[in-house]
Amino acid sequence: MQDRIEIDAKGVHYRELNERIRAAVAEGAREIELLHVNGQRYIGDGLRQDVRIAVDGVPGNDLGIFMNGPLITVNNNAQDAVGNTMNGGKIVVKGMAGDVCGYGMRGGRLFILRDAGYRVGIHMKGYKDLNPVIVIGGNAGDFLAEYMAGGVIVLLRMFGRDNGSSATGDYLGAGMHGGTVYVRDGIDRRKLGKGVAVAEITDTDRTLLQGILTEYAADLGLDAREILTERFEKLIPLSTRPYAKLYTY
Amino acid sequence: MLYKNPYNNYFDYVVQRDLDKCIRCKACVAQCSYGANFYDADRDVIYSTDANCVGCMRCSTFCPTDCIRIVRNPDTFRPNANWKDNNMKDLYKQAGTGGIIITGMGNDKPYTNYWEHMVIDACQVTNPSIDPLREPMELRTFLGRKPDRIEIDKKGDMTTKLAPQLVLETPIMFSAMSYGSINYNVCESVARAAKELGTYWNTGEGGLPKTLYQYGERTIVQCASGRFGVSPEYLGAGAAIEIKIGQGAKPGIGGHLPGEKVLEGISETRMIPVGTDAISPAPHHDIYSIEDLKQLIYALKEATHYEKPVSVKIAAVHNVAAIASGIARAGADIIAIDGFRGGTGAAPKAIRDNVGIPIEVAIAAVDERLRQEGIRNAVSLVAAGGFRSSSDVIKAIALGADAVYIATSALMSLGCTLCQQCHRGRCAWGITTNDPELAKRVNPEIGAERLVNLIQAWSNEIKEMLGLMGINCIESLKGNRDRLRGVGLSEVELTALGIQQAGM
Repeated sequence: MQDRIEIDAKGVHYRELNERIRAAVAEGAREIELLHVNGQRYIGDGLRQDVRIAVDGVPGNDLGIFMNGPLITVNNNAQDAVGNTMNGGKIVVKGMAGDVCGYGMRGGRLFILRDAGYRVGIHMKGYKDLNPVIVIGGNAGDFLAEYMAGGVIVLLRMFGRDNGSSATGDYLGAGMHGGTVYVRDGIDRRKLGKGVAVAEITDTDRTLLQGILTEYAADLGLDAREILTERFEKLIPLSTRPYAKLYTY
Repeated sequence: MLYKNPYNNYFDYVVQRDLDKCIRCKACVAQCSYGANFYDADRDVIYSTDANCVGCMRCSTFCPTDCIRIVRNPDTFRPNANWKDNNMKDLYKQAGTGGIIITGMGNDKPYTNYWEHMVIDACQVTNPSIDPLREPMELRTFLGRKPDRIEIDKKGDMTTKLAPQLVLETPIMFSAMSYGSINYNVCESVARAAKELGTYWNTGEGGLPKTLYQYGERTIVQCASGRFGVSPEYLGAGAAIEIKIGQGAKPGIGGHLPGEKVLEGISETRMIPVGTDAISPAPHHDIYSIEDLKQLIYALKEATHYEKPVSVKIAAVHNVAAIASGIARAGADIIAIDGFRGGTGAAPKAIRDNVGIPIEVAIAAVDERLRQEGIRNAVSLVAAGGFRSSSDVIKAIALGADAVYIATSALMSLGCTLCQQCHRGRCAWGITTNDPELAKRVNPEIGAERLVNLIQAWSNEIKEMLGLMGINCIESLKGNRDRLRGVGLSEVELTALGIQQAGM
């Protein structure tokens, strides 16, 4: 088996496509190029191997779900739930991505060049050395970082369809009780969800952002310095126990 | 304003101690985890702070001289048919705290219990009953999608490829209880019992401790909205995967394991930092429709290479039949339905006691609907929610369930006395607590033995009842409602259950 293989996904059902990907990985392929992908779901689902998967076309929902290790690059848009319940590895989307990307994401990185949909990064959580990171180059829909429990989300609003708009989606960080959201060029206070506060970034934050955004820029062929010139603000939870006083017995 | 809460005086129980019999051994003091008993050295007497007593009977059980009686507090409010004691106490409590009242275990309100209004048929003269002690009697149950037809080659071998199945030696499984809501010793007791019995236990949504992976082939791993501990390794560890949509004790709401309970082991298994709240959202945010459910079912099948059945657990609610039909069509192999008497480690009391429907009517409605639609074979049905005895189980199967889940009964065999304090994490019986000193009260070896005893006893009773019906295989009872009759039910209730009035 050679290290690098191509699979033509044209007209192939997701079940067969994923079977072929799994078989290729099992036989030792380290680089897999998927050609003519058109909406096939679950690419990379549950894969644990150190493999690079290049997607040519638009992958379907749940790209990289339960994944723990691979690097997936998409040269186009992606659909809903990219990086759903992902444990580790990296997904780079050179276009837009849909709703609930990074749901329950526990580790790894999800880099989106342009806009993302609703409820992205919902219930993201870090654990020990796992610290999930999502970077969205454009804007994001409502409920970004809802119930966020850990990890980092960076929202740039630079490369989307609606650049220059000051607004993020509504209910930003609603129910957030851990982790940090960084927003380039300031956070519109009217958009905040319940239980969050806006804070200025510190030197530690800046170092962290520099590291993440340098990697992001390198992966997507962007200029990290230009991204970092603008002011960033951060969103932090007011409490790690937002519902502690809600109950009695 | 100086105000004393009436609740403080009108507590539920009084600890009565016969001081003539009391030998001051202080066992009751050591056993009570709620601080209800204390020793006064000056007077050499053991006293009780009755307000702290939860009525769990731990102290009276362990008193070597049998000198303790836990009695209902005779000092009650003025009797009022409208304002019952618990209405009044809850109201005072909320006026004092402003909190949502949390409780544990299942709905304890006196709704009609349909198990108690159904009777089982027996053979007399016209066809013989079977003696299960001396004749073959099969309880083995297969859970999973069954094909519409099977094809057999000339040699008589089946050529149809079957969907993955769970194989149960008795139609009783242990229902989902998470590590965290119960402690490790209880998890291990249940896992060992499942293995010995040839049935399954369910991790709940708290992940699977690494040391219990050895029971994987008898484990159903759950994937709930919080996705706690859900990793590729975890999904691969079990025999089946269950998507938890809802729970009978609290349909439609999420879960919330408070930070105090997230200790080291639980943190590691749930994969969240120590001391943080483990919040499960009310819905899975990647499931807003049957189509979305299908997406997660197949994501899980893809992740486990179509080798494991996928179950979907829902709470029994008004529209349960239509929902179950959607779940079957979405590709689930098993549907677990949890009735409103199902237990919980913590739920708002208002929800536990008022939301959902009894499992009896839910299972009847779902079985009927799937039959009408010609898809009953596409999915197995597991009934859950307050099964108390083998007769409840056998009636559920006659109504259309393939198997049942039990959890409250399982915990009772480990000592639970239904004191409903699970949410406090101080369980004196060492079950719903993670305090290492209290958790030691459950020994996994003895616990497993007691669970095995219980299920073996129920299984033998089920065999006896099958025998008296002249049936030698549990499969033949499934959905066989002709063997049930209703007593004391209205016509509309009989219709909902799909059974006839006794005598007809």
